[in-house]
Amino acid sequence: MSQFLQIMLSGLATGSIYALVAVGFTLIWQAAETVNFAQGEFVMLPAFFVLIGLNVLGYPLWISLLFGLVLSIVVLGVMFKKLVVEPILPSGGISLIIATIALGTFLKESVKEFYGAEAEPFPPMFPTDPINVFGAVISLQDILNLVISLGVVVLLTLFLNRTRTGRCMQATAQSPEVAEILGVNVKRMILYAFLINAALAALASFLITPVYLAKFSNGETLGLIAFIAAIVGGFNQIRGALAGGLLIGVLDNLTATYVTAEYRAALPLILLIVIILLRPQGLFGTSEGRSV
Amino acid sequence: MSFWLRPLFLAAMIVLACLAPLGQGNYIIYILTSWLLFSVAAMGLNLTLGYAGQISLAQASFMAIGAYITALLTLAGWHWLIAMPLSLLACFFIGLLLGYPALRVQGHFLAFVTLAFNTLVFLVLRNEDWLTGGSYGLVGMPRPDFGIFNTAKQLQFYYFALAVTVVAALVMWGIVRSPWGRAFRALRENPMRAESLGVDTRRITLLAFAIGSAYGGLAGALVTPLVQFIEPGSFGLVHSLRILLMVVVGGAGFFFGPFVGAAVVILLPEFLRFTEGYYLLIYSALVIVMLAFAPNGLIGIGARLRARFLPLQARGDLAQGSRLK
Amino acid sequence: MNGRIIFAMAASLLAATAGAQAQDVVKIGMVAELSGAGAPSGTNWRDGIKIAVEEINAEGGILGKQVDVTEYDTQTDPQTSRALVQKAIDEGAYAIWGTIYSGSTIVNMLVAQQNGVPQFVGSEAPAIVEKGNPYIFRTSSGAQKGLPSLTPYFTDTLGAKKVGVAWVNNEFGKGGHDVFVKEMENAGIEVIADVPSEQGQTDYAADVAKLKEANPDAIFVYMNQEESARFLIEANKQGLSMPLLGEVTLTEAKVIDLAGDAAEGALAHVGLTATATQIPGIAEFAEKFRSAYDRNPTHDAIKGYVGAWATKYVTEMVGEFDGEAFSEKMHGLCLSAEEYPKMLLDTCWDDRGEMSRPSFMVQVQNGEPVVIGTVPAN
Repeated sequence: MSQFLQIMLSGLATGSIYALVAVGFTLIWQAAETVNFAQGEFVMLPAFFVLIGLNVLGYPLWISLLFGLVLSIVVLGVMFKKLVVEPILPSGGISLIIATIALGTFLKESVKEFYGAEAEPFPPMFPTDPINVFGAVISLQDILNLVISLGVVVLLTLFLNRTRTGRCMQATAQSPEVAEILGVNVKRMILYAFLINAALAALASFLITPVYLAKFSNGETLGLIAFIAAIVGGFNQIRGALAGGLLIGVLDNLTATYVTAEYRAALPLILLIVIILLRPQGLFGTSEGRSV
Repeated sequence: MSFWLRPLFLAAMIVLACLAPLGQGNYIIYILTSWLLFSVAAMGLNLTLGYAGQISLAQASFMAIGAYITALLTLAGWHWLIAMPLSLLACFFIGLLLGYPALRVQGHFLAFVTLAFNTLVFLVLRNEDWLTGGSYGLVGMPRPDFGIFNTAKQLQFYYFALAVTVVAALVMWGIVRSPWGRAFRALRENPMRAESLGVDTRRITLLAFAIGSAYGGLAGALVTPLVQFIEPGSFGLVHSLRILLMVVVGGAGFFFGPFVGAAVVILLPEFLRFTEGYYLLIYSALVIVMLAFAPNGLIGIGARLRARFLPLQARGDLAQGSRLK
Repeated sequence: MNGRIIFAMAASLLAATAGAQAQDVVKIGMVAELSGAGAPSGTNWRDGIKIAVEEINAEGGILGKQVDVTEYDTQTDPQTSRALVQKAIDEGAYAIWGTIYSGSTIVNMLVAQQNGVPQFVGSEAPAIVEKGNPYIFRTSSGAQKGLPSLTPYFTDTLGAKKVGVAWVNNEFGKGGHDVFVKEMENAGIEVIADVPSEQGQTDYAADVAKLKEANPDAIFVYMNQEESARFLIEANKQGLSMPLLGEVTLTEAKVIDLAGDAAEGALAHVGLTATATQIPGIAEFAEKFRSAYDRNPTHDAIKGYVGAWATKYVTEMVGEFDGEAFSEKMHGLCLSAEEYPKMLLDTCWDDRGEMSRPSFMVQVQNGEPVVIGTVPAN
């Protein structure tokens, strides 16, 4: 029983990180039809920005985190949009997919060459003291991961539904042409989506790296899982991405514990294929294309 | 290029490929052989990506399937000439099975499904060690012996691989030239119009993917006797991405694109040793720049230069058509 | 086109290029994982070799010829490593130093064997010396030799009746796992939890939970560096109370650095360690390495160092640069640390290239690996 509880709690904690990354994924898909294959590297990189702040510039932790967040928004938000997406989008979605694949390699290699190939420890934002829950052990960090991820997704949904800017973003996602006619600054709305994605990636990075350790290759599996979470939940739904992330986090741990450890990596993939076959709009998605 | 110039050019290329390894050490011959077989794999992906407009991220796993089937059969004493076609067939049918559901839904989903497939194949190859040798891999596969021509030595094997590549290229040439191949191009240029003209786009795309996968299998059937050792790690997702980039860099949809792209990926690192660890960094940055400014790849750049300096008297749509060769 | 003429031309050209070799240097190819996943191992191997070569050249080289090492980066890709071993041999290498990753070594050792070139490797998978390759030599004991040294610790020191094993499911981990399970069977210890994990896995919650539920007397952890650290962190979190034992990796400085307090108390059997400073040669090497590279030498660095020196010692015993004679000499050879101080410890190779020498039990105490016992060579 305590084992099952342990698995569920740990799975939810990890799943909440997947959810953050998957939400960002769906946002820029909706804003600019960009399938970002570098999303995993987008989570890998901010941790290294923080490490530069800490180890190279000698800032204290909280300033380093702020520094990492700002730098992430500039590099993974603004620069990604201006230097990669905008010039290549006119050549079509396939070119853009390939460009983001190349971008993933570029980011990975940059970290490896300019920072280092070995894993680095990363300071936790919150105390890691274990808390005993009916025989299962969970850290404060895990609980906060879950709370923060849920909180961010709720806030984001409120922002999109309740504020003027948020509704303009939704309009842009549904039909850029119509939004333009209605006087929405479409370009700015798309930029917002990229900025939010970068911020979410940075947040996920700060939450997960103390456990995963900072390493240039960390994005490889994370990107794929987040991407599967997005598809499973429904590519056009923020709450779908959230549910998808949590679901995969839990299922992954359940498979590894009770079914097979050797094929644990196969489960999300099989889930992906089954979803695409039976319910391509995702578990929580609607079939009418893009809508927030 | 006019009608007779093209075959002449082709012949010149083949002669050049025959002369290239002469006087070179075993290492260079080995590199040239890998160039040939990656060209074959990229040629297959080019059909999927360049002609049918679908991203496949599983070309390395089709190489794996081809390589393992060839390895298991040749280790069991079968001749390569029997093992190879069986590998091709297997890849073709697996391609059909995999592509059918994915293409039924929506174009881009093939990218996702193939991505998952590549990792699944890796897991099966690693975990089912009773068949595949697991992470230790399979070792000691013989090189094919054709009686009068034994490919055991590096140079002989190169000519063997060259012959296979030329045949594969000729078949591809035939496919692309056939009315059926023209349907591909119609499809890529304007799917809507192609459909309204009665082209069954889904069937054509699916066939393109299956044939492309079979070319991956052929490349795998060559890897086995070349390396004489295969293990799951050599066919991971990274390698699929590598082949994809070959096609893009060479010029997707151009017949010679895969050869150029494979040359850039396989041969260029040799000349760029001075860049040391930065090679991949520079390469990936260049790919992004290229996609922004010359989305048709190196051959596309070449064609553009040629069009500027050798203006042909051609109608716009014909010029468009010639770009696709 | 006449194929035969081409082959004849090619053959004569090949012969011509092979004949030209510089007179006053001896070329050696260092083929290692300088980039990619294996970069941490490969760069340490290289840096250990660099120090050895500097020393060798300062002492007049090998048989009076200066050692000229060319570095080849395999990018941790087995097929590239094979091509590069071929390249090194084409360029006239007398011996090959590398590779570390077993998956690469198994592929590229065929090439060195075909060309009759001696090869010192840092790989520990059992399969490497089981292929009947007379030119392959280890610089550390293989898993099938190293792991049995741990068995007495399980049976006598811990008195374990049932154990768990957590291992990384690649060729390295699988090799160790298979040997370990067999060892335990022979010792009459039951393996009650067998938990494989992926290379590069980040989340060990399920693995640890499974081991905790099974509650064995001790757990054998056989993974690469970061994976070991992540495992230790999760084990610490879930409060795994039984002893955690590893082979080499578990108590390495990098793992301790990454896992922090979670590494406290972890045990490992280590072939060569820079912390064994009671051995004068090791202390001296560690000091030299630290002043050159500003970090502690790892196991891989010492392996590279020893491999380079063995090449010098044995070549000078043979008296000429002859790969075949070298290999014959190596089989069944023992180099004592007294007579050959740069071997650091008494070192022997058997007729398959397997190596044996005394080794150490190490435990993490107060954030430092500490030698708690010596294990004689077997």
